[in-house]
Amino acid sequence: MNITFLLNGETVELTNVNPTTTLLDWLREERGLTGTKEGCNEGDCGACTVMVTEADSAKALNACILFLPQLHGKAIRTVEGASGPDKEPHPVQQAMVDLHGSQCGFCTPGFIMSMVASHTNGATDHDTQLAGNLCRCTGYAPIIRAAKAAETRDVPDWITSDQSFFCSQIPRGEAESRGAEPPSHLPENSNELAELYVQHPDATLIAGATDVGLWVTKQLRDLGPVIFLNRCDDLKQITLTEEEIHIGAMVDMNRLGDALTDLHPSYAEMICRYASVQIRHAATVGGNIANGSPIGDNPPALIALGATLHLRKGNARRSIPLEDFFIDYGKQDRAPGEFVEHVTVPRQPDRLKTYKLSKRFDQDISAVCGCFNITVTNGTVTRARIAFGGMAGIPKRATHVEAAMIGKSWTLDTIHAALPAFEQDFAPLTDMRASATYRLQTAKAMLERYYREDQGEITNVLEVSA
Amino acid sequence: MSVTKPLPHDAAPLHVSGAARYVDDIPTPKDTLHLAFGLSSIAKGKITGMDLTEVQNATGVVAVMTAKDLPFANDVSPSIHDEPLLSDGTVHYIGQPVFLVVATSHLAARKAARLGKIDYAAETPILTVEEALAADSRFEDGPRIYAKGDADAAIAGAAYVIEDTFEIGGQEHFYLEGQAALALPNEGGDMLVHSSTQHPTEIQHKVADALGVPMHAVRVETRRMGGGFGGKESQGNALAVACAIAARATGKACKMRYDRDDDMVITGKRHAFRIAYKAGFDEHGHIQGVSFHHYAICGWAQDLSLPVADRAMLHSDNAYLLPNARIESHRLKTNTQSATAYRGFGGPQGMVGIERVMDHAAHVLGLDPVELCRRNYYEPAHAVAEVAPSEKPLGHPDPHEDLTSRGAVETGDAPVRPLPVGGNTTPYGMEVSDFELHGMTEALLKSSDYAARRAAIAEWNARNSVIKKGIAFSPVKFGISFTLTHLNQAGALVHVYQDGSVHLNHGGTEMGQGLFQKVAQVAASRFGIPLEMVKITATDTAKVPNTSATAASSGSDLNGMAVKAACDTIRDRMAEYLAERHQADPSAVTFAHGHVSVGAERYTFAEAAALAYQGRNSLSATGFYKTPKIEWDRIAGRGRPFFYFAYGASVTEVAVDTLTGENRILRTDILHDAGASLNPALDIGQVEGGYVQGAGWLTTEELVWDGKGNLRTHAPSTYKIPACSDRPDIFNVALWVGENREETIYRSKAVGEPPFMLGISAWLALSNAVAACGDAYPALNAPATAEEIWHSIQRVKGGADGV
Repeated sequence: MNITFLLNGETVELTNVNPTTTLLDWLREERGLTGTKEGCNEGDCGACTVMVTEADSAKALNACILFLPQLHGKAIRTVEGASGPDKEPHPVQQAMVDLHGSQCGFCTPGFIMSMVASHTNGATDHDTQLAGNLCRCTGYAPIIRAAKAAETRDVPDWITSDQSFFCSQIPRGEAESRGAEPPSHLPENSNELAELYVQHPDATLIAGATDVGLWVTKQLRDLGPVIFLNRCDDLKQITLTEEEIHIGAMVDMNRLGDALTDLHPSYAEMICRYASVQIRHAATVGGNIANGSPIGDNPPALIALGATLHLRKGNARRSIPLEDFFIDYGKQDRAPGEFVEHVTVPRQPDRLKTYKLSKRFDQDISAVCGCFNITVTNGTVTRARIAFGGMAGIPKRATHVEAAMIGKSWTLDTIHAALPAFEQDFAPLTDMRASATYRLQTAKAMLERYYREDQGEITNVLEVSA
Repeated sequence: MSVTKPLPHDAAPLHVSGAARYVDDIPTPKDTLHLAFGLSSIAKGKITGMDLTEVQNATGVVAVMTAKDLPFANDVSPSIHDEPLLSDGTVHYIGQPVFLVVATSHLAARKAARLGKIDYAAETPILTVEEALAADSRFEDGPRIYAKGDADAAIAGAAYVIEDTFEIGGQEHFYLEGQAALALPNEGGDMLVHSSTQHPTEIQHKVADALGVPMHAVRVETRRMGGGFGGKESQGNALAVACAIAARATGKACKMRYDRDDDMVITGKRHAFRIAYKAGFDEHGHIQGVSFHHYAICGWAQDLSLPVADRAMLHSDNAYLLPNARIESHRLKTNTQSATAYRGFGGPQGMVGIERVMDHAAHVLGLDPVELCRRNYYEPAHAVAEVAPSEKPLGHPDPHEDLTSRGAVETGDAPVRPLPVGGNTTPYGMEVSDFELHGMTEALLKSSDYAARRAAIAEWNARNSVIKKGIAFSPVKFGISFTLTHLNQAGALVHVYQDGSVHLNHGGTEMGQGLFQKVAQVAASRFGIPLEMVKITATDTAKVPNTSATAASSGSDLNGMAVKAACDTIRDRMAEYLAERHQADPSAVTFAHGHVSVGAERYTFAEAAALAYQGRNSLSATGFYKTPKIEWDRIAGRGRPFFYFAYGASVTEVAVDTLTGENRILRTDILHDAGASLNPALDIGQVEGGYVQGAGWLTTEELVWDGKGNLRTHAPSTYKIPACSDRPDIFNVALWVGENREETIYRSKAVGEPPFMLGISAWLALSNAVAACGDAYPALNAPATAEEIWHSIQRVKGGADGV
């Protein structure tokens, strides 16, 4: 595979690229750019963060689970390129020195690049922007001071130059697989994808690689034929009509969060905790559904909203309720060569609350993710869609709980009376994240929280201050 | 003067530009080979067969080695030679290195390492305290016991008695840079090793033994680590030794770094403890006696477990004068990773024990816990007379062949001889003569507005049913010095070149704590020159030999003094020469502001150096320091193990969601004693970072093993250290203004470990919030994960656990 990108302002053309070479390995081992660090090799620590600029914005991404073909036509900036051509420091670099933001220094390049990206974008919600960068030395306080100190400084010229985007210079189709390297494809739109996938139903589809990346870096798997979806711009559309929200499979989590901020604010807040900024830039809605994780946080939220999944194989399309897609652990209703094209959510008054329970607030996989969408009319429950992640082998609706409430008056007694139904819906597991008891009892507690929150009680520990 | 200035970390400009080199960043020869271990997949048993054909045939594999291929010592233990580099035919935990793959790339080595076929005769592993006690599986013959007075009698006669048993989890270091080493074969069989280690001398020693050469044939260099926290005191041995052996066998440079999951599965962590306590108090809250039973989970090999468990015992008093105390410590051998050094080295576990006692007692007595703490504090420093050191030195353990290790201590049995009651003394008989916490507590309670906030929280809790708040105070008194007395020494090497520039080297290693900068500030101050004239250089066993680990918070105390001595030697030579030249008295020669003055004559430091050189004076000197006053008998449990104590205090406020146990730290106020700080900015960095790491240990950081001994939390996806938003929203950190009462370098105090234990206040604040849910004592275990808090809330509410 041949690919082209901009690296620290210089055009790089690579031929015969192994499609599952990660950007991190390439930078460190091939390019000798050792400023970008490997801390975990799974996208959880942020030491490998680089900034990638494409048409819409500058994004912080984890280089350890970013395959080279995903960068075709984009501009990459590593820590070595954060300072200017004459080594003049970027404002965030200077602030980190002045305000003691580094101790051992190993996480620092990753922090610098996350900070460069948020500085470039004018983002000042630093806790959110830096949630995907772990530091074991400083306790974060001086890093946040540095990020704040740099807020008012101008974006340097050498950074803005990445935005004069050069993607158009890259001829279409150039990146197709040739020669002896593992077979790989980089379709330009969903029609090409549909055709390719029918021809190569054994291929692995790679959207954001936040899951598949670990198959390579941790399971050390050879993926065989791969199809990269990152050039399929038509799958990145998110549109709003009177009736529905249409979300393309390649919509990343940050864009989804932005789109839902006004429509379903609780969902948007959950997305902030779904994963780090870096992961959310890469992770896609389609990927999160198609990989069939029992704890993926989108499926329960989408199920609670009554979402419909739209699948495509060749030119054949079908639509199913999202909850029907998940058959059993590791088993989905998806034929060989069939892929998730988009998902639609009916427009509705916002009654959705999503509760993500995890050991750590940010950047953690849910022990339980409870999503509640309960309509109350004149004091009576008229509609209830409740779905959970982490409570079964699949994202699953709490149908018995729903049934126990519909038609009942909206009171704490009704809630309490419905609680035993959880045991009919779920028999969760004990694992390293939580015990079965805790999962079941907190799932019940979430229903109570939904009620109390609806009554105006203070129930969100994130909204309390000293 | 450079000292006391809040200068940035010396390498900060390199850190932020990606130019700071760690072991894996060092340019290597093109044909460098890469290593990976094949690991045991069962926790206990014998290897009955091994088929490594597929490993051998895998792409890129150059060599595969097992124990029988090792030319000399198969040993990477820092203590009693019970830790082979590669399995000797028995396996003792899941993740134990069994064979070594040498390949052309890191990825090829990792892939091949998974292809080994190993047959085992499995045995039942020992994984828990109960199993270890039942099997009498332990290090040392029996428990170690330190005692003062008669604790049992005092408790029996007390008005109030509390008693409980609780668990304290271990902790993964999660240094951001994983373990790494690079060995470069030199001529004549010599070996140069770059290692990410806190202990270059021990790496040198273990590599020399493994290669069958004297220590002079091995040079170890460490420029910096990407974090250590104790996890690189002994855990780097295996990688360095493997690299050296493979480099010797292949003649090529060999590099090894653990993938994060391997790192977490292979290497040791903080010791998990079970602590059982019984304590008696009078009606005013004065403690009458306390008895502790410590059960330390040490893992499969001894490593540094004995001194870790000792230090836990030595911190079972924390800030409190215990009239009668008895501490019984069991060091349990289990089929898990060999627990190792971690910031605080057992001190935090011991301290959590007594803080739990205080919290529990305050609950029973209905007192504000702060009040209870203050009533039981040691006497303030000014009230204690200076005590002369005893004439007769205590008996020390026999010298051990591995003299540089903290694990090298005699194991034996000795009758318990309780120390007499009375005096301002610890349960191990050390007079506490520098107690600062009375004043510090008063100041902190005021600056944090503790009383008013405690009242406001009570009001909040009365009004809110779902979110409960809690607040807690905790003090820290931490003993400074290696408890293995002979390790309290350090060396330095300083050169002044003829242009006045200074080359600085010492035995301490840089892991982010800012040691190099602090010591450079000392050197610049001694010569009266700008810091820029001092070049900080990598720790190198060829420059300064026989160093101790950079551990026990000792780095700047020991190396600062050694460097001072070296600088002063050179300075005296220069002064003497210039004085003679100008017919002046050497004591009249001054070094300040970049100049050397002799009477009316004023030279730049460079001019003075050039003159001294031309006058044929040596401008190179070594420096040496050994800590005075300390003496310690770990078997009897008596003496003065510590030169002095470092103090700190913190107040933490939290909020808890009582429906799920989810919680946040809302505000933290800290006052910490760094003596006369060498660099307040770096010291505050240690305090902020230490607190967050300590709070992480006691809250979200949970290590989970399954029933077979598999570590289930072996990556940051499952093991959760604090993230950015977990730090306190409001975080006020200040240094206590005061000088060390002992003569340390510029009267500063060690600051690496002590602030870690400030995080205990977060755990106690959670307990305080849970207590607002009912009448019973919360009895929290650690870590207080959301789930643990939820269970505790059920207990406090009086419902059956897991309603």
